[in-house]
Amino acid sequence: MENVNIIIDGRNLIVKRGKTILDVATENGIYIPNLCHHPDLVPSGNCRMCMIEVEGMRGQIIACKTPVEDRMVIRTESQEISLIRQTTLELIHANHTQDCTNCSKNNQCKLQEVTAYVGVDEKRLNSLRRTKPVIEEDESNPFFTLDHNKCIMCGICIRTCDEVQGTNALDYGYRGFETVVSTFGNRPIKESVCESCGECVVRCPVGALYPKEEKLPTRVVKSVCVYCGVGCNIYFGIRDNKIVSARGDRDSIVNKGRLCVKGRFGYKFVNHPERLTKPLIKKNGEFVESKWDEALDLVAAKFSVSKGDKFATLSSAKIPNEDNYVIQKFTRAVIGTNTVDHCARLCHAPTVAGLVQSFGSGAMTNSIDEFTNASTIFSIGSNTTAAHPIIGLHIKEAKRRGAKIIVANPKEIDLCRFADIHLQQLPGTDVVLLMGMMKVVVDENLGDSEFIKERCENSDEFIKSLNEFDLDTCEKITRVPKEKIIEAARLYATNKPSSLIFAMGITQHSHGTDNVLAISNLAQLTGSVGKESSGVNPLRGQNNVQGACDLGALPNVYPGYQKVTAPEVQEKFEKYWEVNLNPDNGLTHTEIFDQIEKGQIKSLYQVGENPVLSEADANHVKKALGKLDFFVVQDIFFTETAKYADVILPATSFAEKDGTFTNTERRVQRVRKLVEPPGEAKDDWWITCEIAKRLGGSGFNYNTAEDIMNEINEVTPIYGGIKYDRIDEVGLQWPCPDENHPGTKFLHKDRFSRQGGKGKFFPLTYKASVELPDKEYPLILTTDRSLYHFHTSTMSRRVKGLESLNKEELLLINPWDANQMNLKNGEFVTVKSRRGTVRVKTNITEICPKGVVSLTFHFHETPTNELTICAIDPVSKIPETKVCAIKVEKIDHNIM
Amino acid sequence: MDFLSLKKEALTEWNDLLNGSVPVIMVGNATCGRSAGASSLIKGLNSKVLSKNIECKVIEVGCIGMCYQEPIVSIYNPGEPLTVYGNVSENDVEKLIDAHLIRNEIVNENIIGTLGDTQLENVNNIWETSVLKPQERLVLKNCGIIDPTNLNHYLANNGYGGLQEAFQLSAQEVLERVKESGLRGRGGAGFPTWKKWQFCKDQQNDTKYLICNADEGDPGAFMNRSLLEGDPHSLIEGMIIAAYTIGANTGYIYCRAEYPLALERLGLAISQAEQNNLLGEDILGSGFNFRIKIKEGAGAFVCGEETALIASIEGKRGMPRPRPPFPAISGLWDKPTIINNVETLASVARIMQNEPGWFSRFGTEKSKGTKTFALVGKIKNTGLIEVPMGITLKEIIYDIGGGISADKKFKAVQTGGPSGGCVPANMIDLKVDYESLTEAGTIMGSGGLVVMDEDNCMVDVAKYFIDFAHKESCGECAPCRLGTKQMLDILEDIVSGKGTMEDLDLLEDLGKGIKSGSLCGLGQTAPNPVLTTIRYFKDEYIEHIQNKRCPSKVCKELIFYDILPDKCTGCHICFKVCPASAISGDPKELHKIDQSLCIKCGMCMDKCPEKFNAIDVYPGNKVSED
Repeated sequence: MENVNIIIDGRNLIVKRGKTILDVATENGIYIPNLCHHPDLVPSGNCRMCMIEVEGMRGQIIACKTPVEDRMVIRTESQEISLIRQTTLELIHANHTQDCTNCSKNNQCKLQEVTAYVGVDEKRLNSLRRTKPVIEEDESNPFFTLDHNKCIMCGICIRTCDEVQGTNALDYGYRGFETVVSTFGNRPIKESVCESCGECVVRCPVGALYPKEEKLPTRVVKSVCVYCGVGCNIYFGIRDNKIVSARGDRDSIVNKGRLCVKGRFGYKFVNHPERLTKPLIKKNGEFVESKWDEALDLVAAKFSVSKGDKFATLSSAKIPNEDNYVIQKFTRAVIGTNTVDHCARLCHAPTVAGLVQSFGSGAMTNSIDEFTNASTIFSIGSNTTAAHPIIGLHIKEAKRRGAKIIVANPKEIDLCRFADIHLQQLPGTDVVLLMGMMKVVVDENLGDSEFIKERCENSDEFIKSLNEFDLDTCEKITRVPKEKIIEAARLYATNKPSSLIFAMGITQHSHGTDNVLAISNLAQLTGSVGKESSGVNPLRGQNNVQGACDLGALPNVYPGYQKVTAPEVQEKFEKYWEVNLNPDNGLTHTEIFDQIEKGQIKSLYQVGENPVLSEADANHVKKALGKLDFFVVQDIFFTETAKYADVILPATSFAEKDGTFTNTERRVQRVRKLVEPPGEAKDDWWITCEIAKRLGGSGFNYNTAEDIMNEINEVTPIYGGIKYDRIDEVGLQWPCPDENHPGTKFLHKDRFSRQGGKGKFFPLTYKASVELPDKEYPLILTTDRSLYHFHTSTMSRRVKGLESLNKEELLLINPWDANQMNLKNGEFVTVKSRRGTVRVKTNITEICPKGVVSLTFHFHETPTNELTICAIDPVSKIPETKVCAIKVEKIDHNIM
Repeated sequence: MDFLSLKKEALTEWNDLLNGSVPVIMVGNATCGRSAGASSLIKGLNSKVLSKNIECKVIEVGCIGMCYQEPIVSIYNPGEPLTVYGNVSENDVEKLIDAHLIRNEIVNENIIGTLGDTQLENVNNIWETSVLKPQERLVLKNCGIIDPTNLNHYLANNGYGGLQEAFQLSAQEVLERVKESGLRGRGGAGFPTWKKWQFCKDQQNDTKYLICNADEGDPGAFMNRSLLEGDPHSLIEGMIIAAYTIGANTGYIYCRAEYPLALERLGLAISQAEQNNLLGEDILGSGFNFRIKIKEGAGAFVCGEETALIASIEGKRGMPRPRPPFPAISGLWDKPTIINNVETLASVARIMQNEPGWFSRFGTEKSKGTKTFALVGKIKNTGLIEVPMGITLKEIIYDIGGGISADKKFKAVQTGGPSGGCVPANMIDLKVDYESLTEAGTIMGSGGLVVMDEDNCMVDVAKYFIDFAHKESCGECAPCRLGTKQMLDILEDIVSGKGTMEDLDLLEDLGKGIKSGSLCGLGQTAPNPVLTTIRYFKDEYIEHIQNKRCPSKVCKELIFYDILPDKCTGCHICFKVCPASAISGDPKELHKIDQSLCIKCGMCMDKCPEKFNAIDVYPGNKVSED
């Protein structure tokens, strides 16, 4: 950007054109008082504090909105300026609670700061009338309070809610002197559309919006959020061995300081009294506290008799990379089996299976930060704002910058508010929708023929497979009007760069891999992959699901996706670990439970997972668990699954350990110990090492998590250069093969990582979901997530505030369907599938289309997965939790 | 139909109307006429004409400006000049019709004058009356003359001739014509219209907008309303010319919903224009496309401020945005946008309808043309006037306005509404133009002129306007939100005798701070009524503060009612009406007011029979006799 010369208060400065006077003054250490300015927000100029004078311009102008121009001569002080600032400030003080010592913002208050600089005329201030009535505080939100009496009406909260969150829960209400920051209809905040992200609370320059139950920390430690795959960087405040505050890291490229409600307020589970603090051994059907040695000796003894094929490990997408590495190493090197899997099987197995075939890598191709610069964002099968709220914010920011948004989702999710096109396909018809779009691209010659020719293979055969998908057929199957399919196809293919986002709506199907292949076909066809802000982006659900996969908690690959069945790989690990390894692929998550039920697997070692709630057809899981000879659960809480265990080992939470999480954009980030663990809880890696050592395993003598990472560096090429000292501040994105490698922002730049370097097209056909509605079970049940809870809610429901914001399951059902059964909003109904029954309240809403109902699986009282079907995708073995047939029955209250 | 054929047809209809063989009765039926009973008058006229079997056309026209004379009825009897009658009631209908249409006689008691070239003996031409003679009706020339619902009437009076002329010129040439006219914004600030247009015209952008600000919010102002009701096509013509000049294809008229008749007539005019290719695609074959949408304002005064108005059209809360960027660069939906006042745009139509140099013949060196004012308050001839810039207040008040009502003493005139100030009686020779008014501490504003007499307390007037501003403040910026309330609180103390001399300095300090500190025009001008009254009527403030007296006998806390012992006959009426039981006395005995109980409602004085006039009101508080 061009430089310009300006003079501020006699100082000659050379500054960048386009910046505002306030910006350049601040950068150069010249203080201009301000109250309503926030660097992330469009200047509103309402506080009237930053008024300055510019030679040649009439009167006083605001510095926060006026861009610098060459040869500007600026004065930040004059008699007139003082008059404006003082008058305004005195007016504010005359109507402001004069109770600084009891205010949570005391000494960090912008009003105090500005007052100290500008000064007030005490005599005049005292002669001002004080007629503002006291307004009752709004304490409805569980996490924060709004005190109107301290509000200076800078509007930062309002603008943040609009410009950053896109929620618009707040605006000005009433007029004149009575103006207040208000929700719609001035209802309590909790009853508004507020998502409780707390961004307004963080930004409030005074004590008008302040967190409840937050204390001043004695120290602050940076770590990573544990709730989802976005991996937001958080500064946690600690006092008395407790986390007392959380704020987003403004310098983080991942979240830029922003957090969602779970990230900002959801850490209270760490200090929850129900944390497991001692090993528990089931004796005569009762769990009894034990010493670590007793528990570990028992575990080792039991494991020693069911090694090899009789053993299975379920690792965790919630624990750090180092722990995952140790667990898979233990399973392979000590137990002698590759049967180690984790819950990625239930979420993104088809992504890996599909994208590895077509691109060579199953990870998100681009970085989160790149969404902002995309021209088209196509979100399919992702409830982005609920499940990945911070990526949702990136999409909203892109929209504000002019990007077009296409949402394909059977439900009218929150993101649809920002969508230019909403394709409301029936659950399970994604292949048809995508093939229809590709037919348009091919028929209208909108594809990137050069890209296809240079960088892909098998396109001819694929294009032939499009013949089946004429648009009338597509419309009939998907229920999406063909005009919309055409419109979406044209937009995605021509308004580049186009970036595609997907999640469970694509993967959790019996044809999940086909869905993923359809996506990779579309991206290749339009040349929308391997470029900045353009690619295929599976959003990973759990905080370290990417890392658990990367570090080999999968039955077919060693760390770094090195194939179990490749002899040279096996040889490499045998040499490094100094053991003989099993050459055969292990069993997957779903297969493990089948084998347990058949009596083949006798021992299960399960770390940080809750399959009784999360696995499809949960009754089947419960039945299987009862058949085990020995079942070890290693977790932080007594989960629904833990009930079935023989031994429960108390582990540390993310807040009590060091390590790394790899987020959805392949960024390996440091997790730091914040507080001491409760009771005798131990790090997962330590526990596993202790078991390993008792079973005679060697190479388990680590002292720190960093020791483990050093070993990972040596055996995992994609993690080769990721050292703790390099990721102290900013995480690195793999592949990062050596210590000089800067990490990889986006994948497949000049060549695909697939063998041969070319992307591959796959011809596809339509395969219907396994269980379609029929006369007896006439509705489709699809599953979804709530913003306020995570997965089986082991953590989030132990946070009082989150629980109060969403305390029970609601069956979302279309008014038409509800009318058929004469259902009332909020009444209890019975939801039945061929596998189970759940009793749940209704929420009659047009979010769900006719014939489709929706449930989350956050609530143990209403275990949704007892309804879902365990129909398996033949390639990736994922169960079809997104489509099954159910019926809803009105409860006859007379009988009850 | 092409424009020439349109016009030809219109001229035929117009000429047939006023030179034809059928009598015509025109009734002023704008809002002022309606509130005086014009609608039922029309009904009466129609039924009378029908029952008497007279062939006659009854048509509605707008406001001719003499609102004090409404309902105004003009009658054309073939062969005679159009005769204008004022204050016509339903009871006069029979008499008028019988006399004028049947017996061919003039009804002298209601006559105002004649319209048109021919004269009646002993009757003035209406334009020669003292009310209209000093006026120059350029913008309002059709108001009260034509039927606003009839496009042909407008066309016949050179309507859309300006547009036809503009289409012969390039956009820049039109802009030069506007520049040459010297037209400045009639919304109040007086920014040269051409300059604003040039900024917008120079913007490279496919989408630009033109907005007409018809959110006339000043209390007592109705200039725009009358124009919209009486001659809506002149606005539409002006808008098309403006849009053609700046390159906008979409226009908005932001009109307050409290103007139902104006909205109705605008809507009708727009559809007439659309049907006749004066709006829409390829207007009159020029290749220029333009459409107008009406956006109804919901009654917020601040939405008359251009950036708040834009926010309101965008569907947001009407709150102003700091400028720069000015709307001409980045306005509605961030596109270059011109916002002009109704009168400005109507003036553009007139400028283009006439030869170059015509408009600038009127007015002063810096303030060209004419200005419309709503002349209200303690004045004999209230109404809508249009005067050349540079006319003195004296001419307006005494010649056009006929002087102060009830022949009271003239005290001040308030211009510019809540944004303006009060000019005292001793400045009655002040010229009415942008510069002179600003120098006097007030503003031209959109055209409210409120005349005040000796019975108006200037502190109370200041309080009224600051109360208005504080209620209408949008609440966004602190100086306006808090400052106007602060000033109101102080004034309330002063009018209730609790003020101090320091409060006067405080008011002035606050006023200055609010003026320079506020974000938009509302706050920047809100202190004007207070500051000008302190400037010109400081004595009155001091009287309130130091002597606890309201010299104009308005501020309740600072006056008292008393019974004159030599006049009171003990009729006992006041005793009966006093709602506070503050009056004592037996019948036929002298009555007394207990000042501690008196609530100063004034009912005793109102009811005291005129023949006694035994109760009077005095400034200050009665000194106890005990």
